[in-house]
Amino acid sequence: MENVLEVIDLKKWFPGVKANDGVNLSVRSGEVHAILGENGAGKSTLMKVIYGLLEPTAGEIRLFGEPVHFRSPRDAIRAGIGMVHQHFMLIPAFTVAENVVLGDEPGGVRFRRREASRLVRQLSERYGLAVDPDAKVGDLTVGLQQRVEILKAFYRKARVLILDEPTALLTPQETRELFRIIRALKEDGVPVIFISHKLDEVLEVSDRVTVMRQGKTVETLETKGATPQMLANLMVGREVVLRVEKPPLQAGEPVLQVRDLRVRSADRHERVKGVNLEVRRGEILGIAGIDGNGQFEFADAIAGLLRAESGEIRLEGRDITHLSPARRTELGIAYVPQDRQLDGLVLSFDLADNLILRDFRRPPFSRRGILNRRAAESQAEQLIQTFDVRPPDFRRRASELSGGNQQKVILAREVSRDPVLLIAAQPTRGLDVGAIEGVHRQLVRLRNEGRAVLLISLELDEILSLSDRIAVMHDGDIVGIVRGEEATREMLGLMMTGQRRKEGTA
Amino acid sequence: MIFSNPEIWALTLSMAIPLALPAVGGTFSERTGVVNIAMEGIMLIGAFFGVAFSYWTGSAWIGLLAAIICGALTALALAWGAIHVSADQTVLGMGINVFAAGLTTFLLNTLFGYSGTPVNTPKLPSFSIPGLDAIPYIGIIFRNQSVLMYIGIVLVFLAHWFLFSTRIGLRMRSVGENPLAADTLGIPVWRLRYFGVVLSGVFSAIGGAYLSIGILNGFTSNMTSGRGYIALAAMIFGKWTPLGSFGAALIFGFSTALGIVLQGHGVSSNILQMIPYALTILALTGLIGRSTPPAADGIPYEPRR
Ligand SMILES: Nc1ncnc2c1ncn2[C@@H]1O[C@H](COP(=O)(O)OP(=O)(O)OP(=O)(O)O)[C@@H](O)[C@H]1O
Ligand SMILES: [Mg+2]
Repeated sequence: MENVLEVIDLKKWFPGVKANDGVNLSVRSGEVHAILGENGAGKSTLMKVIYGLLEPTAGEIRLFGEPVHFRSPRDAIRAGIGMVHQHFMLIPAFTVAENVVLGDEPGGVRFRRREASRLVRQLSERYGLAVDPDAKVGDLTVGLQQRVEILKAFYRKARVLILDEPTALLTPQETRELFRIIRALKEDGVPVIFISHKLDEVLEVSDRVTVMRQGKTVETLETKGATPQMLANLMVGREVVLRVEKPPLQAGEPVLQVRDLRVRSADRHERVKGVNLEVRRGEILGIAGIDGNGQFEFADAIAGLLRAESGEIRLEGRDITHLSPARRTELGIAYVPQDRQLDGLVLSFDLADNLILRDFRRPPFSRRGILNRRAAESQAEQLIQTFDVRPPDFRRRASELSGGNQQKVILAREVSRDPVLLIAAQPTRGLDVGAIEGVHRQLVRLRNEGRAVLLISLELDEILSLSDRIAVMHDGDIVGIVRGEEATREMLGLMMTGQRRKEGTA
Repeated sequence: MIFSNPEIWALTLSMAIPLALPAVGGTFSERTGVVNIAMEGIMLIGAFFGVAFSYWTGSAWIGLLAAIICGALTALALAWGAIHVSADQTVLGMGINVFAAGLTTFLLNTLFGYSGTPVNTPKLPSFSIPGLDAIPYIGIIFRNQSVLMYIGIVLVFLAHWFLFSTRIGLRMRSVGENPLAADTLGIPVWRLRYFGVVLSGVFSAIGGAYLSIGILNGFTSNMTSGRGYIALAAMIFGKWTPLGSFGAALIFGFSTALGIVLQGHGVSSNILQMIPYALTILALTGLIGRSTPPAADGIPYEPRR
């Protein structure tokens, strides 16, 4: 088969980081080629180089046999390369249609707005990615924004399509829809480069897989015959435990008690509608639910980021309903928020400062209002090592880390505070299998040490493999609680649509 | 009653034009993501060179052309500093304002002496629009106005259409909202930013020329007297749109006109001069229709290569 795209011994070095250091890749016409690799392995960097956003330090890229040197994405687009970026490249103030056609608008001098709308509506119907062309992108949910990103790439009719983690924010149904489109493109001979951390997706949709490790491509293999375990080991470079082992439950007295809690979200909608829940010492309580059913507002309310409209929250018997987030932190609540870039980190701070964000008011990190940088640095050094943050340099700004390593920093900070209660919202979103293993191990360790863990996740597999008890949330209320070992996907799936179930022995 | 005196409406319009033009100019610059507070300075440059070339060549039209070229060149300097060197845009703009005030005063004194620009400097023609000027009551608005006023009104509408209804306008706005996203779509970010800033120079210079060779035929030191800053306010109050800027300029022009008409009626014109700024603060704080700048306004874009 013909090679459409070839990457030969490509290198891309940043100051202090060899993000790509010897990448070889060949993509054939009509194949779906998956790229697997840990967080920070250099996948996005490679794609940005191919797309002309970054200039390679060394190496060669060939398209249809011809060497190419893209000086900007403009050249890449002209050559027929389309890309869906890992982090959205959208203009919130523009409409969906404007975002999609930008750079290749219908019309001569005049921008034919209605024509653009029509084209985008057609496109979205053809690919089954429903979205209103005239809606403002800033008003859309992240899932819908992801669709807009995908539509943008399809609009340009690429000859090679790059999808950098397109499924991270899609629901399973949307993912299935996307796979259908990818297969249709394949029929037309358009090769697709597909990046995802979800091994089952890679196995389902790809023809070949190239594995990257620390900036190098280590192997390309046929998907047929590969197993998840094999891929995981290849990418991490060691044996990975895909299932977490945990000793039997030793649940103690309740740590968190929530009574009739009602919460409004920032847009004034009531999202939590009278929740009652207990989390006990030494257990992981998982909250399952479809996105948008109030689970993240619930977490925010317990951490103190959203005000309780009514009801009561108790921590170790003490009423904390009206305490500030800072007070709750002092009392032992740790929080890994859903949006790590927005709520979890100060992206322009370095790692040492980020790691003491919760505790900078206390000695040894400060005395009488004066920060002690040395204490912060030695703390950072130790945490970075324990949690395997890469690159291991506390002077680096949080914004320079790959997504997975940003998450490790947050987790390191929260877990190291020895919390009474840890709230973890989507703690493994966007993480590679090795990093997920690490996070899961930390959560289980806390539980085994007798802390309470409240895990909120949209990934049923994660909930199922970790939770001692599972509470299912629907429309702002808990529809039922089941024991972890009794729960099945089907049962939870049914409850997540709102079907009540008698509270069992849990 | 003063409001029934149509004179005040004609005065409002002629006061609004030298605010509206630089405000529209600023809109172009900021819509592409470059903060521009140099309108005051560029107006002064336009006003001075308009007069100088008008006198030297004997043609006010060539004077206008020279004003436009000098304004564009000044803006080019701002653009280079802001885009290529990523210098602080507020400091750059302020620098240009101070520089222009000094330069024009210096040139005025050295080239024309202390008696000021010659009284026989030609000015742009004024005329009435036949038909419109005959309408009772409001006809006076179109009677014996500078040709630049008519041109200015047309430019405002043209600018609005250009920014919001053309493909290049859409691209310019995309660069001011999210330059990285625009870049990934193959849009030349720097080129469009240069274009926006230079356009702002052109508009501001015409605004300056309106003062010096449109309604008068001479230049005096600091003759713009802060209009470039009020234009900044008009741009913000007008929500970074040309038509909005024009509307704001009309309101501000009216308060100036009122000040002139009320002279000797015991109302302090200082109070009326505060109105533009007070309204702008209210607009920024959201008390009268929230005004949000383009998302990437003032943030340099450095393609990381
Ligand atoms: N602009 C930059 N400046 C400095 N270092 C960078 C820059 N961009 C990326 N890096 C570094 O290069 C390495 C590779 O990053 P990249 O984003 O390609 O990883 P990735 O494989 O896409 O990871 P993830 O799965 O988390 O998205 C990381 O160590 C990252 O910190
Ligand atoms: Mg990536």
